[in-house]
Amino acid sequence: MSADFLYGIEVIINGLMAGVLYALVALGFVLIFKASGIFNYAQGVMALFAALTLVGIMEGQVPFSHLINAIFGTEVHHFGWEVPALLAIAFTVLIMIGFAWAVQHFVFRHLVGQEPIILFMATIGLAYFLEGVGDLMWGSDIKTLALGLPQGGSLVVEEWTAGLGGDDFYGFFIDKLDMIATIVAILLVASLIIFAQYTKQGRAMRAVADDHQAALSVGISLNFIWVLVWSLAGIVALVAGVMWGAKSGVQFSLSLIALKALPVLMLGGFTSIPGAIVGGLIIGVGEKLFEYTIGAPYLGGATENWFAYMLALIFLVFRPQGLFGEKIIERV
Amino acid sequence: MKMKTLAAMALAGTMAAAPAMAELVIPDLSYRTGPYAAGGTPFSDGYQDYFNLLNARDGGIGGEPVRIVECETGYNTEKGVECYESTKGEGALIYQPLSTGITYQLIPKATADNIPIHTMGYGRTSAANGEVFNWVFNYPANYWDAASVMVNYLLEENGGDLGGKKIALVYHNSAYGKEPIRTLESLSAQHGFTLSQLAVDHPGQEQKSQWLQIRRERPDYVLMWGWGVMNQVAVQEAANINFPMENFIGNWWAGAEHDVTPAGAAANGYKSLNMNRVDADLPVFAEIKTLVHDAGNAAGDGSNLGSVLYTRGMYAAMLAAEAIAKAQEIHGVSAITPAQLRDGMEALEITEARMAELGMAKIGPEFSVSCQDHGGTGLGIVQQWDAGAGKWVALTDYIAPDNAVTDPLVKEDSMAFASENNIEPGCL
Repeated sequence: MSADFLYGIEVIINGLMAGVLYALVALGFVLIFKASGIFNYAQGVMALFAALTLVGIMEGQVPFSHLINAIFGTEVHHFGWEVPALLAIAFTVLIMIGFAWAVQHFVFRHLVGQEPIILFMATIGLAYFLEGVGDLMWGSDIKTLALGLPQGGSLVVEEWTAGLGGDDFYGFFIDKLDMIATIVAILLVASLIIFAQYTKQGRAMRAVADDHQAALSVGISLNFIWVLVWSLAGIVALVAGVMWGAKSGVQFSLSLIALKALPVLMLGGFTSIPGAIVGGLIIGVGEKLFEYTIGAPYLGGATENWFAYMLALIFLVFRPQGLFGEKIIERV
Repeated sequence: MKMKTLAAMALAGTMAAAPAMAELVIPDLSYRTGPYAAGGTPFSDGYQDYFNLLNARDGGIGGEPVRIVECETGYNTEKGVECYESTKGEGALIYQPLSTGITYQLIPKATADNIPIHTMGYGRTSAANGEVFNWVFNYPANYWDAASVMVNYLLEENGGDLGGKKIALVYHNSAYGKEPIRTLESLSAQHGFTLSQLAVDHPGQEQKSQWLQIRRERPDYVLMWGWGVMNQVAVQEAANINFPMENFIGNWWAGAEHDVTPAGAAANGYKSLNMNRVDADLPVFAEIKTLVHDAGNAAGDGSNLGSVLYTRGMYAAMLAAEAIAKAQEIHGVSAITPAQLRDGMEALEITEARMAELGMAKIGPEFSVSCQDHGGTGLGIVQQWDAGAGKWVALTDYIAPDNAVTDPLVKEDSMAFASENNIEPGCL
């Protein structure tokens, strides 16, 4: 087989892996939108905040230390201990649940019945507020995520596949971190599906997603369900933040990963978990393949960002609700 | 009675505030928040701490205290322009925007307002032609110098011959990232190496395609023009594809500690340029620690002292302070105006003896500025990351750029700018 063809396959494989990472971010959007109709602009910042919190707890960093030191003239920065990763993840999940409760209690409880654009604006405010709080709590320096996640290309895959082509083919490159991210994403989606299908709270969540009024009439607490979905979105944000943060260190640009989720949502629909996954994979493969075949050789490269949106737009024209979104039929 | 008391207090307040009119106002267009905060914070800390040191140790410069006016840009060009507009009225003497995008917007504004801009190792490269860009200075080095220094270093590594070599440029897809392309294309034609260009879109969090391409094409060297998260991801991706890190060289905005630490041991051997020497044992740092940090006047939390970008920020402040002192000397006044400072910048001369006297021996190269040359000597060093020791190690002394290549490019670009903007080149 020719090296170009094999490298094309390599690009597709890596596109699929990148798509999984995009889908991880998109999942958080879908969870909240499906249950409450809110497009959560803050999802990317939640990923950043969750990852910052995880590293801060692991390193025993004193939250708000700069503020405390500035006010009281102290010099405290660390507690002097380090927290094991699993325990730190558990604490971070608790904090994200606390954040979900606070968001519901202090913001969205007061906005029930408002127009979707108002709710969207509220999430923009929330995003900037959370970014500022994250900065104050943990500082703006780049933090290393020491979870021991493997990085680098898999030598086993590279050696096994090197013989498929000639001397100018060096075997398939597959990043070990991407493999881990794929496994984690599969487990996460499976857990979400099991939770939604087989638990009382999960069924209540689906009922709210289907019809708020009907769910209310059978005694389901909307407040509780919304705290639940924001908590789940917080946990998904933590996973996304960890996977992206492992590549670049945990830093404030993580909040921009939300930009990668938007075309995925446009393509997969805002209300479908399978849509987020399939949308992520299509965007991942599409943008990487376009860059490989046309972008880099003919257009000077760096086509991935705009091509992802163009691909999503094409899908939108033919299927406005997205691949798996619910078709909107309004009868007069 | 009450009114009289209030009037007396107001008068006393005005009198007390009167000396402030003679302060030397230095705006600091910093970015301590957002995606580029990790680079902006240490630079700003170093910039401010040096002026704070001068205030604490010498009572300012030439007897005039320095007042720093900090304005957060978030590395956002629009915010940077807002910061300029909101601070220039305070008597701003000089701007150091630390952003090529902001610099491009400020060049016409500052020129019209007669306020000098110092873009140290960034901004518009052809501003080195002082006869066209009267109010813009980019000493001691610029991007085209950096590209040339990189190639000269590689020539040295390869016995003076780069013929047949493949060099890839990974660059931030922005005005900043595209700056070295012209120079590298000229050098490619001159030395016979193949240049491939790989653009990375802002912010640079996702670079898989570019590094797969590098893995396929197997260049001998990769040069990088990155900033922010692009640097950390590039170093990690290079390690992922097992690219030899000693053949991966970033420019001086891709060579700070935080650019390499997230990749851990995998970053060992990565190289970068630097326009200033990094040495945590410089006596000036001890003075800053004692007179600024311990006195509770640090710009940040003190943790960046001695780091690459802190040192560069401090170096930038030193160059500004020396120009202010020179302007005071030329004009015989201590409370100088921006136009007088411009004269001081054009007469600036940095010598080894002066740097040693300031407690920062050999921090930068010796250079002098003139009306014609606002760019300095363009020298740079190559440093290498030692992951085990957790520090940058200088591999070379200061390397000179190939002025025969860069000077004509500066001339051509600046004259085109002059023609487009109806500027008659000349000294003020």
